[in-house]
Amino acid sequence: MAEETKAPAAPPAAAAGESRPEGRPERADRGPRGPRPGGGPGGPREGGRKYFRRKKVCKFCVEKIEAVNYKDVRLLAQFVAESGKITPRRLTGVCTPHQRRLSKAIKQARNIALLPFSGRAQ
Amino acid sequence: MNRSYEVMFIVRPDMADEDLNKLISTLESSVTFAGGTAKSEVWGKRRLAYKVAKFNDGIFVLFMIEGPGAVVREVERRLRVTEQVIKFITVRTDEETKRLDKIKKIRDARKKTSVAAPAPATPEPGTEPAPTTV
Repeated sequence: MAEETKAPAAPPAAAAGESRPEGRPERADRGPRGPRPGGGPGGPREGGRKYFRRKKVCKFCVEKIEAVNYKDVRLLAQFVAESGKITPRRLTGVCTPHQRRLSKAIKQARNIALLPFSGRAQ
Repeated sequence: MNRSYEVMFIVRPDMADEDLNKLISTLESSVTFAGGTAKSEVWGKRRLAYKVAKFNDGIFVLFMIEGPGAVVREVERRLRVTEQVIKFITVRTDEETKRLDKIKKIRDARKKTSVAAPAPATPEPGTEPAPTTV
Protein backbone atom coordinates (compact mmCIF):
# COMPACT_ATOMS: atom_id res chain seq x y z
CA MET A 1 0.00 0.00 0.00
CA ALA A 2 2.76 2.43 0.87
CA GLU A 3 4.28 1.99 -2.57
CA GLU A 4 1.25 3.54 -4.18
CA THR A 5 1.55 6.82 -2.36
CA LYS A 6 4.37 8.65 -4.01
CA ALA A 7 5.89 11.79 -2.64
CA PRO A 8 5.62 14.93 -4.83
CA ALA A 9 9.24 14.49 -5.83
CA ALA A 10 8.72 10.86 -6.77
CA PRO A 11 8.07 10.92 -10.55
CA PRO A 12 11.52 12.15 -11.62
CA ALA A 13 13.18 9.80 -9.16
CA ALA A 14 11.12 6.89 -10.46
CA ALA A 15 12.21 7.66 -14.00
CA ALA A 16 15.82 7.59 -12.87
CA GLY A 17 15.24 4.27 -11.21
CA GLU A 18 13.84 2.73 -14.37
CA SER A 19 16.78 3.68 -16.49
CA ARG A 20 19.21 2.25 -13.98
CA PRO A 21 19.29 -1.47 -14.83
CA GLU A 22 21.13 -1.19 -18.10
CA GLY A 23 22.46 -4.71 -17.90
CA ARG A 24 19.20 -6.07 -19.29
CA PRO A 25 19.47 -6.45 -23.01
CA GLU A 26 15.89 -6.30 -24.24
CA ARG A 27 13.46 -3.42 -23.86
CA ALA A 28 15.42 -1.15 -21.62
CA ASP A 29 12.43 1.07 -21.05
CA ARG A 30 10.21 -1.71 -19.79
CA GLY A 31 13.04 -3.65 -18.21
CA PRO A 32 12.26 -3.66 -14.50
CA ARG A 33 8.57 -4.06 -15.13
CA GLY A 34 8.87 -7.39 -16.91
CA PRO A 35 9.33 -9.99 -14.17
CA ARG A 36 6.89 -8.42 -11.71
CA PRO A 37 8.48 -9.71 -8.56
CA GLY A 38 5.32 -10.52 -6.66
CA GLY A 39 3.97 -7.64 -4.68
CA GLY A 40 5.18 -4.24 -3.72
CA PRO A 41 8.17 -4.66 -1.42
CA GLY A 42 10.18 -6.68 -3.91
CA GLY A 43 9.88 -4.12 -6.67
CA PRO A 44 11.95 -1.21 -5.50
CA ARG A 45 14.66 -3.43 -4.10
CA GLU A 46 15.28 -5.15 -7.40
CA GLY A 47 15.24 -1.86 -9.26
CA GLY A 48 17.96 -0.67 -6.93
CA ARG A 49 16.29 2.63 -6.34
CA LYS A 50 18.28 4.76 -4.02
CA TYR A 51 15.82 7.48 -3.24
CA PHE A 52 14.11 7.38 0.10
CA ARG A 53 10.40 7.72 0.09
CA ARG A 54 9.43 9.66 3.15
CA LYS A 55 6.18 8.57 4.65
CA LYS A 56 3.73 11.39 4.34
CA VAL A 57 1.71 12.47 7.31
CA CYS A 58 -1.28 14.68 7.65
CA LYS A 59 -0.25 18.26 8.37
CA PHE A 60 -3.37 18.84 10.40
CA CYS A 61 -2.82 15.79 12.58
CA VAL A 62 0.85 16.59 13.16
CA GLU A 63 0.39 20.23 14.00
CA LYS A 64 -2.89 19.52 15.77
CA ILE A 65 -4.83 22.01 13.71
CA GLU A 66 -8.43 21.08 14.32
CA ALA A 67 -10.19 24.19 13.11
CA VAL A 68 -10.13 24.21 9.33
CA ASN A 69 -11.85 27.45 8.62
CA TYR A 70 -12.72 29.19 5.38
CA LYS A 71 -11.33 32.46 6.74
CA ASP A 72 -7.79 31.16 7.07
CA VAL A 73 -6.69 31.84 3.52
CA ARG A 74 -3.00 31.28 4.22
CA LEU A 75 -3.63 27.76 5.37
CA LEU A 76 -6.07 26.88 2.62
CA ALA A 77 -3.84 28.27 -0.11
CA GLN A 78 -1.25 25.61 0.71
CA PHE A 79 -3.70 22.96 -0.47
CA VAL A 80 -4.79 24.64 -3.67
CA ALA A 81 -2.84 24.11 -6.86
CA GLU A 82 -1.82 27.03 -9.01
CA SER A 83 -4.72 26.31 -11.29
CA GLY A 84 -7.07 26.80 -8.35
CA LYS A 85 -7.84 23.13 -7.95
CA ILE A 86 -7.90 21.39 -4.59
CA THR A 87 -4.76 19.28 -4.32
CA PRO A 88 -5.61 15.58 -3.99
CA ARG A 89 -4.87 13.71 -0.82
CA ARG A 90 -2.38 11.38 -2.44
CA LEU A 91 -0.10 14.34 -3.13
CA THR A 92 -0.41 16.17 0.16
CA GLY A 93 -0.83 13.26 2.56
CA VAL A 94 -3.76 14.82 4.39
CA CYS A 95 -5.91 12.22 6.13
CA THR A 96 -9.47 11.63 5.02
CA PRO A 97 -11.38 13.44 7.78
CA HIS A 98 -9.18 16.49 7.45
CA GLN A 99 -9.33 16.50 3.67
CA ARG A 100 -13.11 16.47 3.94
CA ARG A 101 -13.11 19.56 6.13
CA LEU A 102 -10.41 21.16 4.06
CA SER A 103 -12.28 20.80 0.80
CA LYS A 104 -15.41 22.17 2.39
CA ALA A 105 -13.53 25.18 3.72
CA ILE A 106 -11.89 25.80 0.35
CA LYS A 107 -15.26 25.75 -1.35
CA GLN A 108 -16.67 28.22 1.15
CA ALA A 109 -13.66 30.47 0.68
CA ARG A 110 -14.19 30.37 -3.06
CA ASN A 111 -17.76 31.47 -2.63
CA ILE A 112 -16.79 34.59 -0.74
CA ALA A 113 -13.97 35.48 -3.15
CA LEU A 114 -11.15 34.67 -0.76
CA LEU A 115 -9.88 31.96 -3.10
CA PRO A 116 -10.21 31.79 -6.85
CA PHE A 117 -12.40 29.23 -8.58
CA SER A 118 -9.80 28.92 -11.30
CA GLY A 119 -6.41 30.40 -11.85
CA ARG A 120 -4.47 32.57 -9.51
CA ALA A 121 -5.88 35.32 -7.42
CA GLN A 122 -5.51 38.50 -9.41
CA MET B 1 -33.32 26.97 19.71
CA ASN B 2 -30.31 29.21 19.48
CA ARG B 3 -27.59 28.57 17.02
CA SER B 4 -24.51 30.49 16.08
CA TYR B 5 -23.81 31.71 12.60
CA GLU B 6 -21.24 33.73 10.79
CA VAL B 7 -22.36 35.95 7.98
CA MET B 8 -19.49 37.32 6.00
CA PHE B 9 -20.27 39.97 3.44
CA ILE B 10 -18.39 42.18 1.05
CA VAL B 11 -19.34 45.75 0.32
CA ARG B 12 -18.15 47.95 -2.50
CA PRO B 13 -14.67 49.37 -1.97
CA ASP B 14 -15.85 52.93 -2.47
CA MET B 15 -18.36 52.82 0.37
CA ALA B 16 -17.78 55.46 3.03
CA ASP B 17 -16.94 54.43 6.57
CA GLU B 18 -19.95 56.14 8.07
CA ASP B 19 -22.30 54.41 5.65
CA LEU B 20 -20.73 51.10 6.52
CA ASN B 21 -21.06 51.77 10.24
CA LYS B 22 -24.67 52.73 9.73
CA LEU B 23 -25.32 49.53 7.81
CA ILE B 24 -23.70 47.42 10.50
CA SER B 25 -25.57 49.11 13.30
CA THR B 26 -28.91 48.65 11.53
CA LEU B 27 -28.08 44.98 11.03
CA GLU B 28 -27.15 44.61 14.68
CA SER B 29 -30.30 46.31 15.85
CA SER B 30 -32.42 44.10 13.60
CA VAL B 31 -30.75 41.03 15.10
CA THR B 32 -31.30 42.15 18.67
CA PHE B 33 -34.87 43.07 17.80
CA ALA B 34 -35.48 39.54 16.54
CA GLY B 35 -34.08 38.04 19.72
CA GLY B 36 -30.45 37.36 19.02
CA THR B 37 -27.03 38.71 19.78
CA ALA B 38 -24.60 40.02 17.23
CA LYS B 39 -20.94 40.90 17.02
CA SER B 40 -19.23 42.42 14.04
CA GLU B 41 -15.69 42.64 12.82
CA VAL B 42 -14.54 44.74 9.90
CA TRP B 43 -11.63 43.20 8.04
CA GLY B 44 -11.08 46.22 5.90
CA LYS B 45 -10.29 46.46 2.24
CA ARG B 46 -9.01 43.29 0.63
CA ARG B 47 -8.28 42.09 -2.82
CA LEU B 48 -10.91 39.77 -4.24
CA ALA B 49 -9.81 36.46 -5.72
CA TYR B 50 -11.96 37.17 -8.76
CA LYS B 51 -14.03 40.03 -10.05
CA VAL B 52 -17.34 40.55 -8.36
CA ALA B 53 -19.76 43.07 -9.83
CA LYS B 54 -16.83 44.55 -11.77
CA PHE B 55 -14.89 45.23 -8.58
CA ASN B 56 -11.42 43.94 -7.85
CA ASP B 57 -11.42 44.91 -4.19
CA GLY B 58 -13.99 44.89 -1.47
CA ILE B 59 -14.45 45.67 2.18
CA PHE B 60 -14.93 42.45 4.10
CA VAL B 61 -17.16 42.40 7.14
CA LEU B 62 -17.64 39.44 9.44
CA PHE B 63 -20.89 39.34 11.32
CA MET B 64 -21.37 36.82 14.10
CA ILE B 65 -24.88 36.03 15.15
CA GLU B 66 -26.39 33.93 17.86
CA GLY B 67 -30.07 33.24 17.70
CA PRO B 68 -32.79 31.36 15.89
CA GLY B 69 -32.75 30.83 12.14
CA ALA B 70 -35.27 33.59 11.53
CA VAL B 71 -32.63 36.13 12.50
CA VAL B 72 -30.36 34.92 9.74
CA ARG B 73 -33.17 35.07 7.26
CA GLU B 74 -33.81 38.69 8.16
CA VAL B 75 -30.12 39.63 7.93
CA GLU B 76 -29.78 37.94 4.56
CA ARG B 77 -32.85 39.72 3.27
CA ARG B 78 -31.41 43.04 4.33
CA LEU B 79 -28.08 42.26 2.72
CA ARG B 80 -29.78 41.31 -0.51
CA VAL B 81 -31.71 44.56 -0.54
CA THR B 82 -28.67 46.70 0.21
CA GLU B 83 -27.07 47.59 -3.05
CA GLN B 84 -23.59 48.24 -1.71
CA VAL B 85 -23.29 44.63 -0.60
CA ILE B 86 -21.84 42.66 -3.47
CA LYS B 87 -21.49 39.23 -1.91
CA PHE B 88 -22.30 37.37 1.28
CA ILE B 89 -22.06 33.92 2.75
CA THR B 90 -23.65 32.41 5.84
CA VAL B 91 -21.96 29.61 7.73
CA ARG B 92 -23.36 27.83 10.72
CA THR B 93 -20.68 27.51 13.37
CA ASP B 94 -22.20 26.00 16.50
CA GLU B 95 -21.62 22.38 15.57
CA GLU B 96 -18.02 23.08 14.67
CA THR B 97 -17.36 24.90 17.93
CA LYS B 98 -19.01 22.06 19.80
CA ARG B 99 -16.73 19.58 18.08
CA LEU B 100 -13.67 21.69 18.81
CA ASP B 101 -14.62 22.04 22.46
CA LYS B 102 -14.97 18.28 22.71
CA ILE B 103 -11.53 17.72 21.21
CA LYS B 104 -10.03 20.32 23.48
CA LYS B 105 -11.59 18.68 26.51
CA ILE B 106 -10.17 15.31 25.52
CA ARG B 107 -6.74 16.83 25.02
CA ASP B 108 -6.81 18.62 28.33
CA ALA B 109 -7.90 15.46 30.10
CA ARG B 110 -5.07 13.58 28.47
CA LYS B 111 -2.60 16.25 29.52
CA LYS B 112 -3.82 16.00 33.09
CA THR B 113 -3.40 12.23 33.17
CA SER B 114 0.09 12.56 31.79
CA VAL B 115 0.93 15.03 34.54
CA ALA B 116 -0.49 12.72 37.18
CA ALA B 117 1.26 9.63 35.86
CA PRO B 118 4.11 10.65 33.56
CA ALA B 119 5.54 7.20 33.00
CA PRO B 120 2.78 5.55 30.91
CA ALA B 121 1.88 8.69 28.96
CA THR B 122 5.34 9.44 27.58
CA PRO B 123 5.12 7.38 24.35
CA GLU B 124 2.00 9.25 23.28
CA PRO B 125 3.40 12.51 21.90
CA GLY B 126 6.53 11.15 20.30
CA THR B 127 5.24 8.32 18.12
CA GLU B 128 6.66 9.85 14.95
CA PRO B 129 10.27 10.79 15.61
CA ALA B 130 11.12 11.72 12.02
CA PRO B 131 10.91 15.42 11.09
CA THR B 132 7.68 15.73 9.18
CA THR B 133 7.01 18.63 6.93
CA VAL B 134 4.55 18.46 4.08
